[in-house]
Amino acid sequence: MSSLVEPSRSGGFRGALLSEWTKFRTVRGWMIGVVLAALMVVLFTFLQANGMHTGYCTTPNPSSCVTGHQYVPTGPAGDAVADTYELVAKRLTGDGTITARITSLAGRIWAGPANEAPSLSDTRPGLTSWAKAGLLITPSTKQGSSYAAVMATGSHGVRLQYDYTHDRAGLPGSISSTAPRWLRLTRTGDTITGSDSSDGTNWRRIDSAHLARLPTTVYVGLFATSPTTSEGSATQAMASFDHIAIDSVANGAGQAAPGAWHATSIGTGPQDYYTRLGNGSYRQARDSIVVTGSGDIAPAVASAGGDTASDSLLFGLVVALIVLIVIGTMFITSEYRRSLIRTTFAATPDRGRVLAAKAVVIGGVAFAVGAVAAAVAIPLGEHVMSANGNYIFPADSLTVARVIVGSGALVALTAVAVLGIGTILRRSAGAILVGVVVFVLPTFTGPGIIGPTSSGGAAMWLYRVTPAAGFSMLGLLPRSGLVSYPYTMANGYYPLPPWAGLLVLGAYAAAALFAARVVLRRRDA
Amino acid sequence: MSEARIEVDGLRKRFGQTLALDGLSFTVAPGTVTGFVGPNGAGKSTTMRVILGLDSIEEGTALIGGRPYARLTHPMRHVGSLLDASALQPSRSGRNHLLWIAHSQRLPVSRVDEVAELVGLGKAARRKAGGYSLGMRQRLGIAAAMLGDPPILIMDEPFNGMDPEGIIWMRGFLRGLAAEGRAVLVSSHLLGELPDVADHVVVIGRGRVLADATIEELTAGASSLEDAYLRLTSGAVEYRSGTDGEQRR
Repeated sequence: MSSLVEPSRSGGFRGALLSEWTKFRTVRGWMIGVVLAALMVVLFTFLQANGMHTGYCTTPNPSSCVTGHQYVPTGPAGDAVADTYELVAKRLTGDGTITARITSLAGRIWAGPANEAPSLSDTRPGLTSWAKAGLLITPSTKQGSSYAAVMATGSHGVRLQYDYTHDRAGLPGSISSTAPRWLRLTRTGDTITGSDSSDGTNWRRIDSAHLARLPTTVYVGLFATSPTTSEGSATQAMASFDHIAIDSVANGAGQAAPGAWHATSIGTGPQDYYTRLGNGSYRQARDSIVVTGSGDIAPAVASAGGDTASDSLLFGLVVALIVLIVIGTMFITSEYRRSLIRTTFAATPDRGRVLAAKAVVIGGVAFAVGAVAAAVAIPLGEHVMSANGNYIFPADSLTVARVIVGSGALVALTAVAVLGIGTILRRSAGAILVGVVVFVLPTFTGPGIIGPTSSGGAAMWLYRVTPAAGFSMLGLLPRSGLVSYPYTMANGYYPLPPWAGLLVLGAYAAAALFAARVVLRRRDA
Repeated sequence: MSEARIEVDGLRKRFGQTLALDGLSFTVAPGTVTGFVGPNGAGKSTTMRVILGLDSIEEGTALIGGRPYARLTHPMRHVGSLLDASALQPSRSGRNHLLWIAHSQRLPVSRVDEVAELVGLGKAARRKAGGYSLGMRQRLGIAAAMLGDPPILIMDEPFNGMDPEGIIWMRGFLRGLAAEGRAVLVSSHLLGELPDVADHVVVIGRGRVLADATIEELTAGASSLEDAYLRLTSGAVEYRSGTDGEQRR
């Protein structure tokens, strides 16, 4: 039985760590390399952002095309939203209630070619799942305004939704003349309560919404809208209402708010991004009102045609990754090449401690490179892309911090992993090759770099199970369960949530380090 | 310095089919320079690596003042070693090479300049080690071994590549270390060096101790140390260059 003596655990880790840091910083080539890696991230981000231009056309006629992006509204929480619908409303001052019965909800879907502007000339009947019609309260008809609405939907039953992202289910089932739904919104101060009923007698409260700083006078009324299908076809919804009543507390119970109904088409200008089918309208006949609308009141997703703050970062980060793979490998293989590893293990017989110290040093250096470079490159890329007419999805500072930390962690975990590979293989060329093949190649097969043709299941799986999953940390495109949209790689979405993706990469790094430790303990130095 | 003692007992190690160490035992006492000689492949370097905890063994023990090397806290304060003077990162300066070793043993930075001065590295310490001559590399290696002011020193072929002036310096240096009470183990194939340096000689061949004696004991009954060496190792060398009549030197 051949064995090495189990090394002493006494004597701190600090000595080994300080020693490995001294080794790293005293090789000028490595220090220059990491600085260059960071500079290249910034340079490539600039170049990539510089090459991204956006223009749009308001009609199929090329002469209508202009540089710049279409208008994407921003909701009360600062997120990009879709806010395109038909509103038929009155003014309500003070507290009050609106009640109506919805007796039908039907729709049409654009059936023409995908590259033509949708129109009512070529449609098929059909109601998309998130088609919405119901009652709505909002302080303003400006896009992105705060609101609360109780609505019937295509296939999600009755919902109470407010401020774009909040959603609570009411009665299930779809609407028909034999199964109508009664809807009610009650305003009390800043609180809007939504209720529903199947018979107009037995009411059930769905939920309450708190709309901050709601003015005294608000719009209350009926609305209809219908989003594009997940295949991207524009749709239109038509809803019939009757038993419409607006009760105002100020004017006395049972007294309707004065004034005539006023229809407004919101978010339907030529600059507004949402693809609609036909124009909104309303028709009043005795006691009933029919509202037709197209659009959505929901979070915006990739279809808004925006870029994200990290979109121009990807290529530069891959370049930095390659540089750090080379340096991370050399950090150990150069010692094997010159037998310096024996001096290292004579100085610190606990080889696991040496490996850990090296991992902390190269991981720390790589993290700094990735994070500092991203922190500089993200605002730079955002600025250049905006100047080129691109719309950038807003991201709060916590989310941007996640991308910066993610960029650092991505480079750090990769560097640590190749340190392990270098330890196992002991040869620079082989270890660098393995490092590039395992940690860089899967990324290059993603749609971000070679285009959406590779979008099928294969690319998606690469970003789930290979180290490329770590790039999920860069994902900034908004997604929402309230929008039926293909959240695929082809549309720019990573298949894993950010931290889950990083965890996959972390598992690779941990496995490489663990294998290296096992090999180190068994092998003669 | 009671801990200044290397005790090697019954070392056995195989490299594949080859028995590299075959029950090797010897002791290096404090206050002596012990020469460690043997033909190529005899197991000198392997033994030194085993003592330093770098290579595994199948049987036997190698103890430093009663403890295995790997159990020592800050081992370079107990044992200084020089295995391969070319084991350097060429783009790192000699001084920085000493610096990372000093940090690993939690030694003060001032110690780096002390040992660089001790071996006469001078201003070369701040140059890249890749540009050093072999003699300068040996001096740097010895400086590294001396960093922890250890009671025991292990050196593999320290005379290699040294110019005559360097060799004279090295002899005096090693004798000085022993005179301070340190235990010094020096391997060499330059037998001519040993009478001037070593008090004691361990001759090995094919992983076994062939002789463990003082210089006087070895040379008694032989015309010279060379002669005694050749006679001892004649059965333990697989190939010796030249014809029977023509012996080295």
